[in-house]
Amino acid sequence: MHLPDIIRPRQKLNGALRQARPHWRFGNRQLAQAASLAVVAVVMIPVAYLVLGAFHAGAEGIDYLLRARTLRIVGNSLALMLTVTACASFIALPFAWLTARSDLPWRRVFLALGLAAMVIPSYLTAVTFSEAFGPKGMLQSLLEPIGVGRLPSIKGFFGAALTLSFVTFPYIVLPARAALLRCDRNLEEAGQSLGLSRWAVFRQIILPQLRPALSTGMLMTALYCLSDFGAVAVMRFNAFTRAIFLQTESYRLDKASMLALVLIVLTIALLIVQSRLQHGGRHYRVGSGAARNLERLPLGKWKLPAVAFCATVIGIGVLTPLLVLFSWLSGHRLTNPIQVPLTELLGNTVGVSAVSALVVTAAALPLALLAMHAASRSDRWLVQLAYLGNALPGIVIALALVIFATSNLLSWYQTLPLLIVGYAIHYLPFSIGATESAFAQTNPRFEEVARSLGISAWAALARITLPLARAGILAGLALVFLNVMKELPTTLLLRPIGFRTFATRIWSAYDEAFLSSIALPGLLLVLASLIALAILLRQDEGIA
Amino acid sequence: MEFSLQAEKLSKRFDTQTLAVEDISLKVKPGEFLTLLGPSGGGKTTTLRLLAGFEKPSSGRIQIGSRIVADDAHFTPPEKRRIGMVFQDYALFPHVNARENIGFGLGRNTKERSKQIERMLALVGMAPYAERMPHELSGGQQQRVALARALAPNPDILLLDEPFSNLDTGLRAQVRTDVRRILRETETTAIFVTHDQEEALSLSDEIAVIFEGKLLQLATPHAIYNRPVSMRVAKFVGDANFMPAEAHGMTAQCRLGEVKLFHPKTGKVQLLIRPEALAVRFDEIGTPATVLWREFFGHYQRLGLALADGAELMARAGVDRYFRRGDKVWVSMALPALAYDV
Repeated sequence: MHLPDIIRPRQKLNGALRQARPHWRFGNRQLAQAASLAVVAVVMIPVAYLVLGAFHAGAEGIDYLLRARTLRIVGNSLALMLTVTACASFIALPFAWLTARSDLPWRRVFLALGLAAMVIPSYLTAVTFSEAFGPKGMLQSLLEPIGVGRLPSIKGFFGAALTLSFVTFPYIVLPARAALLRCDRNLEEAGQSLGLSRWAVFRQIILPQLRPALSTGMLMTALYCLSDFGAVAVMRFNAFTRAIFLQTESYRLDKASMLALVLIVLTIALLIVQSRLQHGGRHYRVGSGAARNLERLPLGKWKLPAVAFCATVIGIGVLTPLLVLFSWLSGHRLTNPIQVPLTELLGNTVGVSAVSALVVTAAALPLALLAMHAASRSDRWLVQLAYLGNALPGIVIALALVIFATSNLLSWYQTLPLLIVGYAIHYLPFSIGATESAFAQTNPRFEEVARSLGISAWAALARITLPLARAGILAGLALVFLNVMKELPTTLLLRPIGFRTFATRIWSAYDEAFLSSIALPGLLLVLASLIALAILLRQDEGIA
Repeated sequence: MEFSLQAEKLSKRFDTQTLAVEDISLKVKPGEFLTLLGPSGGGKTTTLRLLAGFEKPSSGRIQIGSRIVADDAHFTPPEKRRIGMVFQDYALFPHVNARENIGFGLGRNTKERSKQIERMLALVGMAPYAERMPHELSGGQQQRVALARALAPNPDILLLDEPFSNLDTGLRAQVRTDVRRILRETETTAIFVTHDQEEALSLSDEIAVIFEGKLLQLATPHAIYNRPVSMRVAKFVGDANFMPAEAHGMTAQCRLGEVKLFHPKTGKVQLLIRPEALAVRFDEIGTPATVLWREFFGHYQRLGLALADGAELMARAGVDRYFRRGDKVWVSMALPALAYDV
């Protein structure tokens, strides 16, 4: 998922800045268009191949889809999605309000830690949750003194829902908090002057202003649940992504692609709803001037419960995974008979992530240029299509590449280049977004000045726009790098045999119950995630 | 006669049906300073951008010197037009210092390049600040660097888009005078966009008044002020009173009695009466009026007058007499009036 998209909706870039860019000569534009088209083709062809193949299955495919087991998978995914969205909202709304509008102590710390829950890879959260809250876990040892014996396993629906609720609630906190900070204070005072109680003001005045932001956040959460692989796989809950993975692993590619097709349809339906909502939501936007000096509501006697609430949320969502990882680091457990040197893991993970980040950044450049100049409708469409790679679940893209490679490019199957293509497709939008907004922040006049001084459009790009946008482009590069490091399903399906990264190491160690092997890769990934979060927050200073 | 720039029937249509610029034709002589004057959103900046090559005209022709840079057949991109441009926000490149900003349009590191940079720094009086980064310069200094940067490659024509609007009033007059001096010294042909009529009147050799994408009048500042072609132009440039009248050849009958006209007219007309064309006195010559308000500017004063029937007029008077609110005065026409058909 793409954090800047929540904080900074793409519409914002469509302002006057973009329209005022000078028109390119045809040669320049065609070059950028051709390069963009090539990139978009790489994104689109495998997915199109998968979709067409699934349609090709015809009656047999429909037959498979209507089987009770398949329908149960659909039901599982939908139930998980609804439950998680509801639970995450219940956590997120008070959390957002407390950190935005109350005099809660340590609210900045709570907020920063809360956001950290979002970037810890979901499989890591799931692994540590099932250890902490399952039989013989941390929770059990805490409860033993009061006579609770053995806790049941949390594997299955409960574990998946618990994990995903705590991973996704920041996706609702962010837009809700932003909306709370944007609320027009005058409206609230008008309400109070009309004799409404605090609660009535919240319900009748604040909540309606929050509605668009809340729905955006809830949809992000729903989309996350549909596409997440880590949590459901670790918790052995048969949702779409896990089912697709199991089918792919046993080479039942036709069945996998039928499932993927249904998942694609569901995802696109949610995306359409989301884009509708975002367009409608703009009516609620309030002028910028009023936003800054919002009064913080004193909590009074509610201060202690409020702190306890936030501390519990952070304690479960962030501290539990960390504590468990540290306990594994120091604990004496079974040693894993398959010893993989840390240097190999580190080299593989960093190497493949670095190459992918460079590839993605280079591929994003023509698209960002095209987006910046956005001269025609077809150009804008091309850019939108490139965003598809991140909208679709990673497992679907990986599956599409498996199918495409096994039937057309067998020599590429299970090679590093194909793995990198898989990462690139999935993370291309990160880089386009970062590069595009870095470009948009440079004064469009700069390019015009350069050209009035006799410098060609390409030279102006090289001498002015790129140097000025460097920081933004590098931030995008770092984000892709750090996210590829964590990526699990793409790596599992596309990696060369014997190629191990931190993510796959954690996966197989958990599968074989050698938990101590998880600790170090896990902590390093958490560290990478926190760096990624810091970059995101620096890109958008307004939110923390 | 050779012109530095010629634009013929220039039109620009954006996505919508309305024309941003409609059939504008301009001619600029070498060394001349032409101002495009008009209200915001009136198409003057679009005109400038068409001349620069940042926008492609929907129809029309642009010629710089003897080179045709835009017509139906071809379009020269801005970097090949030999123009210089100064933007409203100066747009100094933030990642290089003043010297490198000025050198941006000059070729690779050669002796000629550094010589030209030094010449430009001296011309705009920025030599002591050459190593400063743009953010370390004041608004006026940024303005000078932007001007030097645009002039450095010896452009055939210099385009300035509201270059003074970001300066505060005190500085503005000084910078304006400096820019005019520099352009005269370098004999640069310049086209300048502004919505400030005072700026246009004081700086220009010629003014093109542009409203709603159309060129209403192209003339010297003197002619624009004294012989505006329409009431709209008259209202936009300077203060104006309008008064209904009945014209009979070279005279017209109005509330102020019989007044002389510039051009013969007959029938119902509106008279343009500039405030300084009214004589205001205490000695009972003219039409009686009452002083409604007075604004004192040191070197002149502005008076609001009400005639007996309630009609209001604005007048300008010297500072030799002292007017107070409520004073009884007499007004008469000191100059002939312009008449417009109603």
